Amino acid sequence: MTDNVQHVGLPDERPPANTVGPIAWLRNNLFNSWYNAILTVLVLALLGSAIPPFLDWLLVKAHGFDSTSPACRQDTSGACWGFIGEKLRFILFGQFPWNEQWRPLATIAIFIALLLASCDRRFWKPWFGLVWAAGLVTVGCLMWGGVLGLTPVENTLWGGLPLTIILSVIGLAVAFPAAILLALGRRSNMPAVKVLCVTYIELIRGVPLISLLFMASVMLPLFLPNGVSIDKLLRAQIAFIMFAAAYMAEAIRGGLQAIPKGQYEAADGLGLSYWQKMIKIILPQALAIAIPPLVNTFISFFKDTSLVIIIGLYDLLGTAKAALSDPLWRGFYREAYLFIGVIYWIFCFSMSKYSQKLERDLNRSHRR
Amino acid sequence: MSQAAQQARHIPSGEEIIRCTDVNKWYGEFHVLKNVNLSVQKGERIVVCGPSGSGKSTMIRCLNRLEEHQRGTIVVDGIELTNNLKNIELVRREVGMVFQHFNLFPHLTVLENCTLAPIWVRKKPKAEAEEMAMRYLKRVRIAEQAHKYPGQLSGGQQQRVAIARSLCMSPKVMLFDEPTSALDPEMVKEVLDVMIGLAEDGMTMLCVTHEMGFAKSVADRVIFMDRGEIVEQDTPDSFFTNPKSERTRLFLSQILNH
Repeated sequence: MTDNVQHVGLPDERPPANTVGPIAWLRNNLFNSWYNAILTVLVLALLGSAIPPFLDWLLVKAHGFDSTSPACRQDTSGACWGFIGEKLRFILFGQFPWNEQWRPLATIAIFIALLLASCDRRFWKPWFGLVWAAGLVTVGCLMWGGVLGLTPVENTLWGGLPLTIILSVIGLAVAFPAAILLALGRRSNMPAVKVLCVTYIELIRGVPLISLLFMASVMLPLFLPNGVSIDKLLRAQIAFIMFAAAYMAEAIRGGLQAIPKGQYEAADGLGLSYWQKMIKIILPQALAIAIPPLVNTFISFFKDTSLVIIIGLYDLLGTAKAALSDPLWRGFYREAYLFIGVIYWIFCFSMSKYSQKLERDLNRSHRR
Repeated sequence: MSQAAQQARHIPSGEEIIRCTDVNKWYGEFHVLKNVNLSVQKGERIVVCGPSGSGKSTMIRCLNRLEEHQRGTIVVDGIELTNNLKNIELVRREVGMVFQHFNLFPHLTVLENCTLAPIWVRKKPKAEAEEMAMRYLKRVRIAEQAHKYPGQLSGGQQQRVAIARSLCMSPKVMLFDEPTSALDPEMVKEVLDVMIGLAEDGMTMLCVTHEMGFAKSVADRVIFMDRGEIVEQDTPDSFFTNPKSERTRLFLSQILNH
């Protein structure tokens, strides 16, 4: 540099008008070429012809929740919500004794409260495990009864939403720590542990869930000594846990493999023991990475609980089917499946939304 | 380099803290370390240099068992490194390590990075660990960033945090594995200044580095490695002015004349 000239920066300019704003958005996203324009028009036409009739059926011409079956059968152009009105308690609570159905309702409330509280990271402390334990004991007392003057209720009478929630929440809660151990075992330096974990994961993953449930309900009793019998619900629960653990272990292993070697070395270099290293350094990072595949597993297992119908347990889908077998209400399957579909969707969509929030929060804390 | 650094060069205590005897290591068929013999005294500052692939990183990584040697013995602070996990953990407590790529824990704040090991390994109360961490963070001149996450810091800042994190364990020896190689040129000095400060305070240091200025100003001894062997070790003065072996001369001519 010969002259010491002060450099004045160029002023910031606005982007050209045709690249921002709603018109530009439409052009870029819907009409950016002739074939995309045709597709856009076609899709709009399709939606236009499908949505109004559906809304007509769903709401405009529908019969209310207090409508009767004959009335619905007379005019079939609308949905018959009278079916849901009549069968709501059966679909939600199954064959649980009518006068005691506040108990499964309370169970659902307790589970939802616990799940919502668990979403808050401030509660991610060891003492919150005790809250969960207390909640589960309460739920057990409510469902089984036999204490505090509650009438005992056989678990063969449990059904509907509480059964779905119990199977999936307890199943996933037990499977999750088991999955962590399996994933760590699969990456262990100890050959015996590694072989054991790999065998387990590959064996369970290679079998359909239905066959595992069948085995649990039909074959397992054959191997047990005479007189010993394990509850049917418990057997289904164990089959679920085994299956979910194998799947989640693979999701967690993906997270573990994404952690750079330097993190292990830094933890080793500071003198941390294996478990300290895993609990404090590796797993928090690996699990954060594994959130999308884990939530994927959570959602699919929540829905897969409906498979227990084949071994004679009546979860939400099972009670809806049973409700349809009432001769008076036979044929209103659209209403039944739409209704439970919405319930499943609310649970799954909440999980998905929460996982997105969690991912954002965890990323914010250590963005690069 | 600073005058103080020159004056602070003191005679090491004479008490041995590391002894390697005939250490050999192979990666598969490849013989990375060949009969390495090394004795380090308390308070000694050693710079290890050599061409890439010469085994210098591998050698210092063997000293805290990040790498396993297959023949020979390594004794650190009176404890022999074998497969005994308890012994390895004991040695690692006393030996701090600073990596080329910092390896800070990205999910923890700077302060948590520094207090983790003192709390969990040394079982220090949290308050005491935090107080000590702040003291070392001040010393590496980064205390005001204590509540940030590593990802929000520059490379030079991260490396200084990594040094503070090691110091929080009050190690008897510090190992540096090319601590400035991954840094942008303008950040090398801030890290070297911290290391010079440490050397002046009498910390026992082994440093793999290409910073020959650092070697000249603070090292008590320079070790030259090539193809898995220690070829030459000498004081910096005679190492740089009067190298004995041909290989050393070649290496020095390559790194100094460019």
